[in-house]
Amino acid sequence: MKSRKSIKTLAKQGSIVLAAATLSLSASIAQAADTIKVGVLHSLSGTMAISETTLKDTVLMLIEDQNKKGGILGKKLEAVVVDPASNWPLFAEKAKELLDKDKVDVIFGCWTSVSRKSVLPVIEELNGLMFYPVQYEGEESSKNVFYTGAAPNQQAIPAVDYLMSEAGGSVKRWVLAGTDYVYPRTTNKILEAYLKSKGVPEKDIMINYTPFGHSDWQTIVSDIKKFGSQGKKTAVVSTINGDANVPFYKELANQGMSAEDIPVVAFSVGEEELSGFDTGPLVGHLAAWNYFMSADAEVNDEFIDKWITYIGDEKRVTNDPMEATYIGFNMWVKAVEKAKTTDVDKVSSALIGVSVPNLTGGVATMLPNHHLTKPVLIGEIQENGQFDIVWQTEAAVPGDAWTDFLPESAKLTADWQDPKIMCGNYNTETKKCSGQNY
Amino acid sequence: MKLNHIFSALFSFLVLFQLQIVQAEQITPLESEADSALLLNQLVSVKSTSDKKDLINLIAGSNLPQRTRVLTAMQDGDLYYTKADEQLVYAKTHPDGYEISAVVNGEDLGVVGSRKVRKISINNELRTVLRGVLAELAIRSEDAAERLAAAKDLIRSPAPEFLAAIERAKAIESNDKVLESLNIAMAMINLKSDQQVLRLEAIEAFRGTLDSDAMSILAAMQLKDSDGNYLEKDELVRESSAAVLSEMRGQAKIYKLLENAFFGLSLGSVLLLTAVGLAITFGVMGVINMAHGEMMMLGAYTTYVIQLIMPNYIDYSIIVAIPAAFIVSGLVGIVIERGIIRHLYGRPLETLLATFGVSLILQQAVRSIFSPLNKSVSAPSWLSGSWEINGALSLTYNRLYIIIFSLIVLLLLVFLLKKTFVGLQMRAVTQNRAMANSMGIRTGWVDALTFGLGSGIAGIAGVALSQLTNVGPNLGQSYIIDSFMVVVFGGVGNLFGTFFAAMSLGVANKFLEPFAGAVLAKIFVLVFIILFIQWRPRGLFALKGRSVED
Amino acid sequence: MINKTIFERSAIGRLLLADKAGRYLIGVLLAAMILVPLCNLLMPAGSFFHIPTYVVVLLGKYLCYALLALALDLVWGYCGILSLGHGAFFALGGYAMGMHLMRQIGERGVYGNAELPDFMVFLNWTELPWYWYGFDSFFFAMFMVALVPAALAFVFGWLAFRSRVTGVYLSIITQAMTYALLLAFFRNDMGFGGNNGLTDFKDILGFSLQSDVTRCVLFALSALSVALAYILCRAIVSSKYGRVLVAIRDAESRTRFMGYRVEHFKLFVFVVSAMLAGIAGALYVPQVGIINPGEFGPINSIEIVIWVAIGGRGTLFGAVIGAVAVNYAKTYFTGAFPEVWLFMLGALFVISTLYLPKGIVGVVNQLRERRAERNATSTPEQGAQS
Repeated sequence: MKSRKSIKTLAKQGSIVLAAATLSLSASIAQAADTIKVGVLHSLSGTMAISETTLKDTVLMLIEDQNKKGGILGKKLEAVVVDPASNWPLFAEKAKELLDKDKVDVIFGCWTSVSRKSVLPVIEELNGLMFYPVQYEGEESSKNVFYTGAAPNQQAIPAVDYLMSEAGGSVKRWVLAGTDYVYPRTTNKILEAYLKSKGVPEKDIMINYTPFGHSDWQTIVSDIKKFGSQGKKTAVVSTINGDANVPFYKELANQGMSAEDIPVVAFSVGEEELSGFDTGPLVGHLAAWNYFMSADAEVNDEFIDKWITYIGDEKRVTNDPMEATYIGFNMWVKAVEKAKTTDVDKVSSALIGVSVPNLTGGVATMLPNHHLTKPVLIGEIQENGQFDIVWQTEAAVPGDAWTDFLPESAKLTADWQDPKIMCGNYNTETKKCSGQNY
Repeated sequence: MKLNHIFSALFSFLVLFQLQIVQAEQITPLESEADSALLLNQLVSVKSTSDKKDLINLIAGSNLPQRTRVLTAMQDGDLYYTKADEQLVYAKTHPDGYEISAVVNGEDLGVVGSRKVRKISINNELRTVLRGVLAELAIRSEDAAERLAAAKDLIRSPAPEFLAAIERAKAIESNDKVLESLNIAMAMINLKSDQQVLRLEAIEAFRGTLDSDAMSILAAMQLKDSDGNYLEKDELVRESSAAVLSEMRGQAKIYKLLENAFFGLSLGSVLLLTAVGLAITFGVMGVINMAHGEMMMLGAYTTYVIQLIMPNYIDYSIIVAIPAAFIVSGLVGIVIERGIIRHLYGRPLETLLATFGVSLILQQAVRSIFSPLNKSVSAPSWLSGSWEINGALSLTYNRLYIIIFSLIVLLLLVFLLKKTFVGLQMRAVTQNRAMANSMGIRTGWVDALTFGLGSGIAGIAGVALSQLTNVGPNLGQSYIIDSFMVVVFGGVGNLFGTFFAAMSLGVANKFLEPFAGAVLAKIFVLVFIILFIQWRPRGLFALKGRSVED
Repeated sequence: MINKTIFERSAIGRLLLADKAGRYLIGVLLAAMILVPLCNLLMPAGSFFHIPTYVVVLLGKYLCYALLALALDLVWGYCGILSLGHGAFFALGGYAMGMHLMRQIGERGVYGNAELPDFMVFLNWTELPWYWYGFDSFFFAMFMVALVPAALAFVFGWLAFRSRVTGVYLSIITQAMTYALLLAFFRNDMGFGGNNGLTDFKDILGFSLQSDVTRCVLFALSALSVALAYILCRAIVSSKYGRVLVAIRDAESRTRFMGYRVEHFKLFVFVVSAMLAGIAGALYVPQVGIINPGEFGPINSIEIVIWVAIGGRGTLFGAVIGAVAVNYAKTYFTGAFPEVWLFMLGALFVISTLYLPKGIVGVVNQLRERRAERNATSTPEQGAQS
């Protein structure tokens, strides 16, 4: 009996020593840098500054907050901010600079798809870690990127479901209007396939693309009105991006297209965009997101208070990409604490399965495909520039990296946990991954 | 959680039950305050859309004194309830939250924090219902304009319940326009009846009008279901509706053409406004002014600031903004001219460089001062909405005013340059600086003034743009290229050239757009400009004479 | 010493002997071409002499810009054609290269489709558009890198110069050209990947684009290209032909009246310049890893003009210096002062126009002249050329 006990103690002691040794070893490696560096790769000038500057401030606020709590692993966080100036090749250059020169441990950054595509090879080559906080077209799952925004099945499809339901107005005819780039293209392809699968005939779907920053919407709005006066309830699904939205909605209002007649559901218009609108004539138009500032949750109130204090402006609003940044940051903190190191590979595997509270009162979990579980909310524009939540999914929807509504991508799946797969584009038919650089 | 669900289901059942009782008795006079409180407070407890719909109709049909106000408040989103005791209140925004007063007895409940109350939520379906019942109430208004609006609302929310009210209103209506709208509204309702005669009559009533809702409902009668059978079973009705519809569509086509021409002129007038300032700084002075767009941006921000200063006079703020923007942009222009461009006369290409630098600085300055976010400039009421000529053609007021405004600006400018002494000096200096100087003109002063004038007009253009597009740091960049195209296409140094160029490019663009789409239309226009310049290397209206050769 | 005489006798040698700054420039370029890769590949990471890979790529990018600036200086500095659309030629060259690199991905794209690039797969395209044929071949692609910009320049120039479009009119229609191309390439229906452009390149001629060796080779090629392009441009401008160009720049009508076919001279130099710009684009794409319609942006083309102006117009080496200096300033400012860098860049442009009318080269020359005046014994140096 006694000997067995002593063996047990020995084993226990041994394991403790071993653990201590690994700990001290990893500590000694990490101690080479006495702070943990966080790269912030958001445009502060150029066309995207409008959206991205807010996210830079959000990350800085979260870092400040974490430092007040004592940092992570006993070390302070240090932000390294750069300005890629809405210039896509510059994104790649700055990512390289952050990883190679500044040796950051994690990057929070990018907004547009093209900027993400631009930094992707760099991040994969230098084995960085990036959190991407914006809703996007999917069709991607990189080993080094965690997507905390919505995939198409977490925004577009539930929104269309809502509009088809009785509460949403039993819409039968659809205008898919978007800016001509990859996110609207993909989303509209998916929606088109989805609507057809629901029995909507081809002639009841109108697809329209416009360039970035399109400012003269007279003809298109008048066409939409005409399309909507063919006897069936019509709705517009808008993937119109950024700058083009203000003139679009102004034209809607002036041509008297009210939400009761033809509602517009937007995927790229949030509280921040609305703050640049005259919302009076837009009441009742819709938006689909995973977060609204008006969400009724304790944690949301706290976040809003913190944000307003940090930014020093009572009128500033919060929005969905900010929530995505918040979730991503907290997940990273949790994963680093779990892995006890900032080593990218260890943190990446620790991230999968991590759950943190989101701001709508639920919980976000990181899935093996590097996407999140998210609730989908439909909000109506209010006069005060806020959204009134009129509908939401009962349970959180898991993000799907590869949509099931496009034939080529339906075959693919991403799994960074299953040792048999371990890739971002596993083809379930050929049982292979392709194009991996690592 | 489960228990909660069951409870709420039970509760809503009870409410419904109660509703049905009330409905069965039709309009029971609600005499006691307790009764009306009971009815109104159901707004708080009822959750589903269809129950709310019933409740709205019930309130509208009751003789509650506050029914119009309650329903209007609901429509406007000003109806709330207190979270603590679920009391129905009117709420007005207040710096510290909301100023609330009880609906039932009008008692003032003071100011509460924004998280203490919740809104009675409505959706688009309920808005349609509210629009209808409010219109029914408003149809008895004294004001003809209000009656017209109500009649139009009734067209858009037709429901058999309104039939009696419309008949009553028709009997006493004297205004022709209102009467016409009431007729259409009645036809819209009658179309849904089950008597063939009434329906045929209704269809006939649409003949000659171009109402889009009427067209929409007629078009719906031509639809087939998935098996290829017509949804409309009555053949006679269907055929007559098809005949009326095709007649209406034929007429609408002509108006569509007119509408397109209007769109073109409106785009042209925006181009004109943005380019006419450049026609002075670039066309007359020869400064390749890359900061021109930023001058417009300054003008737009001035509009925003003026609106901040006078929040209670939004309707007039834009009038104040026009001279203010002219002065702000003009002064900045003068500073740029005195500080930088003055040293660069005779080196036009270098002005490109320097003004490009200036444009970067101005953009970043605005970003630092106002934040990179877009600012909202609200439209004054007289600039919102549209002028409905008939059902198929309506011109938006903001565009209409901008067309007029751009012409006024152009004419004033021409007058200034051609008919005033300052204008004479300006032309003299730009044509021959040395000669003008020796004639005793203070060329430096005139230069500054000319550049200030061009910049100031860009500022005015910014005021107009603030009504159409984003007010943000990138505002200028999106218009600068187009402005240069217009000036060059029209012929550098010729204001009428600029005018014709802007208008023809605008109209061409808009007539190409329906066929080619917005992007291709623009590409075609650009290619056209390139080819046109081959044919007339000095633009549409080339200056003649010796000063042309450089 | 024998070497030297051969050098002196060769055509290039004669050119460079008359061009001291050019000798320095080529010397620096060749030294960089050898030293930078060596320092990157052979020196250990911690060493003082080690040049990290990202610096190599950055320098490579600057050199591509330098080549582009050189191309612009040839037409603007020596022939007076202010092109505000040179970015278009650069981007077209880049696209040609990018298309080849896309074809090289083969079935390693995310969908594993050997026939089509990824962006075509998810837009449900079923077959490769005809204009993508042939880009599988490296040599065909390289041919197109020069041919496509040259063809565009030829058509555009033939029309414009024949109709005697000059001055700002020419500048603005070149701007219209690049703007139209921007909008066109932006359309997803065009089959060039829309706003995302071409990206996710894997390798070139079988060498991985991610490896340090490939990057060093690309860097060395860029340096070599700049050197060769410099010699080419110098040869053009110092020839008799070049003197006609300068004559056109200074007095076009007079040159025409003397019997020269001005439009032919202009067309030739415009096409050469477009080809150089295309080559610059082709070298740029594998180094930065993406080409998208943003490169067609009119503002980008204006920036090229600014590099040349800041370096010193009409000197060739000034263009190289300007491109590197402005882009280095941009890199440094965006990293060090992310919030206020536009103020600095803007101020830099304004101040340099006001106080350095002849660019950096002009200042250097001025200083040198002043020094030469002081020591009257030394031989006077070459003055500003423009």
